[in-house]
Amino acid sequence: MNIGTRKILDRSFTAVGIGSIVVMAVALMIVVVPIITNGIGAVFFTGTVEHRKMLFSEFKRGDSENLSSEVASSERYRAKVYGMLTGFEAELETMAPEKKAEYKTKYSEVRTALQALLGPLPGDQEPMLTRFKYGQTRWEKAEEKLHDLLYESKWDNSNPEVMAKEYFVSRAIGFEGTSLVKLFPYVKDNLDKMLLPEFTVYWGFITDSSVDSHFFGGIWPEIQGTFFLAIGAMLFAFPLGVVAAVYFTEYAKPGFLNSMLRSANSTLAGVPSIVFGMFGLAFFINTLKVSESKSVIAGALTLAIMILPTIIRAAEEAILAVPKTYREASLSLGSTKWNTIATVILPAALPGILTGGVISLGRAAGETAPIIFTAAVSVGSAIGLADVLSSPTPALSWNIYNLASEHEAAAQIRHVQYGMVLALVSIVLMLNLSAIVLRARISKKLKG
Amino acid sequence: MDARESSGSAPAQKATRDMYLPPERRKIADGGAAHISAKEFSVYYGEFEAVKRVSADILSKYVTAIIGPSGCGKSTFLRSINRMNDLIPSCHTTGALLFDGQDVYGKFTDEVLLRKKVGMVFQKPNPFPKSIFDNIAYGPRLHGVNDKKKLMEIVERSLKKAAIWDEVCDRLDKNALGLSGGQQQRLCVARTLAVEPEVLLLDEPTSALDPKATAKIEDLIQELRGSYTIMIVTHNMQQASRVSDSTMFFYEGLLVEHASTAQLFTNPKDPMTEDYITGRFS
Ligand SMILES: Nc1ncnc2c1ncn2[C@@H]1O[C@H](COP(=O)(O)OP(=O)(O)O)[C@@H](O)[C@H]1O
Ligand SMILES: [Mg+2]
Repeated sequence: MNIGTRKILDRSFTAVGIGSIVVMAVALMIVVVPIITNGIGAVFFTGTVEHRKMLFSEFKRGDSENLSSEVASSERYRAKVYGMLTGFEAELETMAPEKKAEYKTKYSEVRTALQALLGPLPGDQEPMLTRFKYGQTRWEKAEEKLHDLLYESKWDNSNPEVMAKEYFVSRAIGFEGTSLVKLFPYVKDNLDKMLLPEFTVYWGFITDSSVDSHFFGGIWPEIQGTFFLAIGAMLFAFPLGVVAAVYFTEYAKPGFLNSMLRSANSTLAGVPSIVFGMFGLAFFINTLKVSESKSVIAGALTLAIMILPTIIRAAEEAILAVPKTYREASLSLGSTKWNTIATVILPAALPGILTGGVISLGRAAGETAPIIFTAAVSVGSAIGLADVLSSPTPALSWNIYNLASEHEAAAQIRHVQYGMVLALVSIVLMLNLSAIVLRARISKKLKG
Repeated sequence: MDARESSGSAPAQKATRDMYLPPERRKIADGGAAHISAKEFSVYYGEFEAVKRVSADILSKYVTAIIGPSGCGKSTFLRSINRMNDLIPSCHTTGALLFDGQDVYGKFTDEVLLRKKVGMVFQKPNPFPKSIFDNIAYGPRLHGVNDKKKLMEIVERSLKKAAIWDEVCDRLDKNALGLSGGQQQRLCVARTLAVEPEVLLLDEPTSALDPKATAKIEDLIQELRGSYTIMIVTHNMQQASRVSDSTMFFYEGLLVEHASTAQLFTNPKDPMTEDYITGRFS
């Protein structure tokens, strides 16, 4: 090949390489940026006085004097709204029956929108569900609810050829000529005084339990559950995996059985995780009866089986990569095989073994399918260490799915979903990062 | 030292070998008995006979050099003495190899105990990725010495014997891989000496080292001569003649000639030996 062609080939390969890296970087940004920006919104956001009320009564947090002065100030502005409502209710009574009926439905819609915005109105029954006890706790949500109050959503079905289109009609127009018409501009102009938005840092999102299935509060039970499951899985899988790897590399005689075991191990590493989930249910819960039903221990065992092949392979590779000369040196000093493994081979293989271990830990933390049938519940409080043998637990991976797809008000709690995603991604990244640091530190120690 | 130099009480056989040596090297007092002896000893890799029916006596406290062209079975023979060949599954032996009168490949031989008595230093320096102290203390710890003070004593003594103490005494806690190649090799000698072996097997210990480091290792062998039975494989004829008392010449697995170094290099009996040492083939 002449030099010109060679150069062109080299250059074009470089270009293709750089191009693919750029594409990957862009794709990563597209995935990661919204996770981070939206996820951070779970902790840093513009919170309203309703948020502070909720924190005070649900978590006993916050300064009561400060809060009561805030509430008093917001109530002053709200009082006018309440006054308009009572005024209009009186006006309703004086109306002709058919007119009254027409206004009544519209009026009840207005009330509902106001309840969503500000919380229970005077004269309302004390709500049973916590989610109805407070108005909007987050300012951006309050603005959405304000829009719901000001405009009625309608669907344009006039053209059967195309899909129906949503359009908005001002509610104020519907109340033209009544006293209530003044309510809409008033609420619009004074919403900030009624809700007192201010920049809020809510670390409790990480450390609090959830209130009323994630309407309020934090995700600590999920974070804790994720740790319990992942660490529990490691407690089983890591020692077992290292022992198996030592057996395969040091003790097993090459032969049919050995190669069968090895290829079984490789195959197992590629089995879809849902299969492990089903297996965990069938084997650990139904057959072995490690617990009566879902439990942390059953989930941890299932995850352990799932990550075991990866750990074995990583440990095997690390052990095989230990220079033969170490083994020779140790044996020539009169060391037994077992001693050589324990004092020379395993320490030298440790960086590789640990890296495999931590990466598996990250996988155990992130997997959803294996715990669906064995350990995960959608709502629950943080469990104690003593309960891992019998209790199921919420966990980030499963609850992200659950909150985004099965929650009755999934759209209301997007910030919680994103917050959980960010928490999970951070945990997995942190674990991988610590694997890198650990590896670098041990390698440095070994290399001197 | 005095006792060693006045070699009057030594056996006659020993006296004849020491005759060839300059006076300052005549320090072998109780040497001369066969420490290791091979009888019709063969080593096979599968079907391939790498060492062929070798019969020889390796004398106690002597330095024995093994020379011969590459691939002639020098390493194989050396490694069969401390049973490092056990690591190669296809490897097996016939004939007899006796160490202290005991069959090395006997049914009841404990190869771990054997290796404790027969230490080995390899071609490429192979310290553990541990501190200098832990490298030396590795063997003693294996054999049950755990007392910190006693370990320190052993480490110091071994490093001094291996003539490397002065260079490393202020950094015993540093990783051994940070030493130079020559230092690493002397460290490996010290590590072997710390186990207090009777025999020291050196497989081309200087082939990976520069001339200065080589000279240091050769000096070290001189120092150790008379205290240990030493076998050294070397490619370097000058080295063999400088450091050894007797020399074995291997060719294609056969032991062609085994004689005192002075005799083998000045007056070889076998024409093949002569060809080799005069450089007609290598
Ligand atoms: N592990 C092994 N398996 C098969 N043959 C080997 C092995 N090691 C060495 N040999 C063969 O045995 C012969 C002697 O090797 P070796 O003892 O290493 O020679 P030397 O050390 O004299 O250079 C060579 O022909 C070599 O190819
Ligand atoms: Mg060799």
